Amino acid sequence: MRRLLILVPVWAWLLAFVAAPAVILLGIALGQSTEGIPPFAPPVGPGLVWQGSLGNFATLFEDEFYFDSLLRALRIATSTAALALLLGFPMALAIARAPRARQALLLALVLLPFWTGFLLRMGAFIGLLRDQGLINGLLIGLGVVQEPLPLLYTEGAMLAGMLHAYLPFAVLPLYAALSRLDPVLEQAAMDLGATPGAAFRTVTLPLALPGIIAGFLLVFIPAAGEFVIPELLGPSEALPVGRVLWQEFFQNRDWPLAAALAVALLVLLILPIRLFQRLESRA
Amino acid sequence: MADTLLEARGLTRRFGAALALDALDLAIRPGEFFALLGGSGSGKSTLLRLIAGLDAPDGGALFLDGRDITADPPWARPVHMMFQSYALFPHMSVAENVGYGLRRVGVARGEQARRIAEALALVKLDGLGARRPHHLSGGQRQRVALARSLVMRPRLLLLDEPLAALDAGLREQTGFELRALQRQTGAAFVMVTHDQEEALALADRIAVLEGGRLVQVGTPEEVYWRPATAFVARFLGAANIVEPATLPLKPQVAGAAAYALRPEYIRLTRIGGASDSDLRAIRPSDHRTLGHEETGPNRVMGVVREAAFRGDSTLFVVALEAGGALRVTVHADDPMPEMGERVALAWDPDDLAPLAA
Repeated sequence: MRRLLILVPVWAWLLAFVAAPAVILLGIALGQSTEGIPPFAPPVGPGLVWQGSLGNFATLFEDEFYFDSLLRALRIATSTAALALLLGFPMALAIARAPRARQALLLALVLLPFWTGFLLRMGAFIGLLRDQGLINGLLIGLGVVQEPLPLLYTEGAMLAGMLHAYLPFAVLPLYAALSRLDPVLEQAAMDLGATPGAAFRTVTLPLALPGIIAGFLLVFIPAAGEFVIPELLGPSEALPVGRVLWQEFFQNRDWPLAAALAVALLVLLILPIRLFQRLESRA
Repeated sequence: MADTLLEARGLTRRFGAALALDALDLAIRPGEFFALLGGSGSGKSTLLRLIAGLDAPDGGALFLDGRDITADPPWARPVHMMFQSYALFPHMSVAENVGYGLRRVGVARGEQARRIAEALALVKLDGLGARRPHHLSGGQRQRVALARSLVMRPRLLLLDEPLAALDAGLREQTGFELRALQRQTGAAFVMVTHDQEEALALADRIAVLEGGRLVQVGTPEEVYWRPATAFVARFLGAANIVEPATLPLKPQVAGAAAYALRPEYIRLTRIGGASDSDLRAIRPSDHRTLGHEETGPNRVMGVVREAAFRGDSTLFVVALEAGGALRVTVHADDPMPEMGERVALAWDPDDLAPLAA
């Protein structure tokens, strides 16, 4: 009973800020776009008359623009998460194997970027990458190139920014998994004939799997809906879903369509989560 | 050198300023049960890790069958180790754990299954192959670790405190099983332990380490009855170190720096009480009785200060009137002295083991 009481605030929070908004969002998605305030007609009209439709969802599938933006967001999120794991794994391993006293300092360094404002850091990226920026200035000054390289407003710039912003979310769960791993296990593997590579592949990697999965999801999920970084660093065409959502909500004011897009993104994100949970429970 | 399986020559290992192994020489024979006995910091675990290849020496060399293996990585050495924590792979079943080494060296699948079953039968874990390590008891885990090493058919098996993690009740039985397995497989076992009883009970030969050096190598009988140094004597339970200068020793044994005198070798005699029955603290086979005179060779007077019940015997600490103290064990069947009682202590000069300085 006491256990249940402790959980009351948690459930209240989830109900108020997760379940209720999701229901409202779904309601808007089933409604019709109008010219009023709010700019939509709910799916259930006065006198409990059903006036909703699945038209907005149909539009998502019919208009390639929306479908592509979803796929693009998933692709960018996958790349970001994969790169964050590739970069974060050696970092986390090095921190976990460092002397105990130094681990806290190294972890603090991983989190150090959070101490500076997010927009400032993105501004720094723009300063680095733009045509008159540091990198192009240096390359031209050294005579490596004549014309500035198009660095800013590319997928590369966007991925660099995403990686920079989300790397700590991969490093922390990886560190948590790797620091729990007894280094004696790798020694036992090598004692039984495993080369360091084989010991890593057969012992360290599978035992770090929960951390890998958690790190992937922690980067993948927010990266899939990210709209600020693509806006600031990415190409102006070929928008990912986060930016399309922004446009539909605030520029086109087509709330029902935007809501439908948000619901579609939510469903698409739940799939990989379920998949990874399956993997994790087997590991 | 047919009678040497593993040889260490001048093996040295430093950790910063500390010398963990100091130019150590050691020879291990094929098929023997060898114990490395020492306290913490004696270098025994360092030596084991060097033999396994998990650590590299700063000086000296290791030879296996006369071949220099000093530079060989651990995965290329035909030597296997059972870790103190067992180091079982938690994400693999018992059978997968046991088969791990076979998979690494590319043994055919059918052969793998046969050898895994054989190894599990050897350690009496038949039918538990599908379990995960965390579903096993401590004793079962120890056997899995043993099977995982033995399945590789090593000629030399290293065991790091193999019994330390087991309950006291399980330790003796598991020790006997270890001995049986060692005889059955014909492999040489090198066991690291800090427990002198374990070493005495299991090993064919014992090496006593202190401060990164071998202080004595010998059979359990040799190191127990004839310890080479005061350290060995203390470590193996002969808590009485007798100095010729302070105690009246017979001329024929006087002259060495010190002697080890085992507590069970000291005879206790009651002084002046109503009962002058002998208190014996000597080997049960020895039935000589003493009078209660206060003078005589190898005889001192003292007062009983401490008593510790040990089941089949009681340990007394007797403070000597000449200064210092001797430990004496009295068998449970024999009359016991009282606390504070004045007693005479005597011993046979033959029971003194001369110690190196």
